[in-house]
Amino acid sequence: MEHSDIFEIGGKRLTSRLFTGTGKYGNDSLIPEVCKSSGSEVITVALRRVDLDGGSNNVMRHIPGHMTLLPNTSGARTAGEAVRIARLARAMGCGDWIKIEVISDNRHLLPDGYETARATEILAKEGFVVLPYMNPDLYVARSLADAGAAAIMPLGAPIGTNRGLRTEEMIRILIEEMDLPIIVDAGIGTPSQACQAMEMGAAACLVNTAIATASDPVGMGRAFGRAVAAGREAWLSGTGPVSTLARASSPLTGFLDQPGVAS
Amino acid sequence: MHITVNGQRLEIEPGQTLQGLIESMNLDPGVVVVELNHDIVAGENFTSTSLAPGDQLELLSFVGGG
Repeated sequence: MEHSDIFEIGGKRLTSRLFTGTGKYGNDSLIPEVCKSSGSEVITVALRRVDLDGGSNNVMRHIPGHMTLLPNTSGARTAGEAVRIARLARAMGCGDWIKIEVISDNRHLLPDGYETARATEILAKEGFVVLPYMNPDLYVARSLADAGAAAIMPLGAPIGTNRGLRTEEMIRILIEEMDLPIIVDAGIGTPSQACQAMEMGAAACLVNTAIATASDPVGMGRAFGRAVAAGREAWLSGTGPVSTLARASSPLTGFLDQPGVAS
Repeated sequence: MHITVNGQRLEIEPGQTLQGLIESMNLDPGVVVVELNHDIVAGENFTSTSLAPGDQLELLSFVGGG
C-alpha cells in the first residue's frame, strides 16, 4: 500500500513531484508529450521580446491546459529587473507563480542570493507564489523563508551541466534545517540523481536540460517521473542502516554438511 | 509618427492603437504582454490605448526556458 503523501505549494495540491522546463527542445511539439509521459504538473517558461520580424516562437500553444505555469525571471541581473519581469509575466494572466532567477555571472550562471532575497520580499508582498532559485546556503535560505518564499530551490550543479548533486551536503543541510519545501533545481543529469535527491528528503526536483537534450525526451521524461516517485517512496519508507562491515542476509546456522549434523 | 518597439524605431500612423499595432504585426494579442513607457498595459486596454510620438513599447511573450 502506498503512503499517503500530500504535496501542496501556493495553495495548489500536486500529485507529481517532478517539475519540468520548456527550454532547449529540438522540437517544441515534444513538450506536451513529455508533460504526459513524465506526469509533471508544473512547467517553467521564460519571458522575452517578441520577434518583430515575424515568426512566433511562443511556447504557450505547446503547454497542456492543466499545467501550472512557472515563469522564470531569467535575464534579470538585479532584484529590480526580476520584479519587473515577474509583474510582466503575471500580466499574461496565467497565474501568479514565479521562479526568481537573478544571475549576473554568465560563465557559471550562479544565482545572486542577496538580490534574490530582495526580489522575493517585494514579490511575496504583491501576492506572488515565489519559488526562488539559489545556491544552497543556509543563511540565504533563511532570508528567503523570512521574505515569504513558498519553497526554496537550491541548485544541484550549475544550469545545463547535467553534473548531478554536486552540492549534496549543502542540500542535505537545507532539508534538515528548513521547514519550507526544498526543490532541487538545476544540474540534475540522470533519473538516478533525481531519485537520490528525493531519497534525501527533497520535496521535488526541477529538470529541464536532462530531459530536453536526451536522445528520446519523451522516454527520459517517463524515466524521471518514475525516478522521482521511487525516491519519494523510499524516503517515506525509511531506508535501512548503513554499515562498513558486511551483515549476512541469510541465517548463519543450519548449513548443509556442517560438522555434527546427523545423516 | 515614430515610436520605439523592442528597442527598434518604427514609423506608425497617428492615432494607431495598441491593439491595431499588435494585429498589424500578425501577433496574437492574447499571448503578448505590453509595457508602454515602463508601465504595464492590461490586455483589456489594448483597444483603448492610442500611441503617441516617442512612445517606448516592449512587447513580450513566453518562450521556452528552464
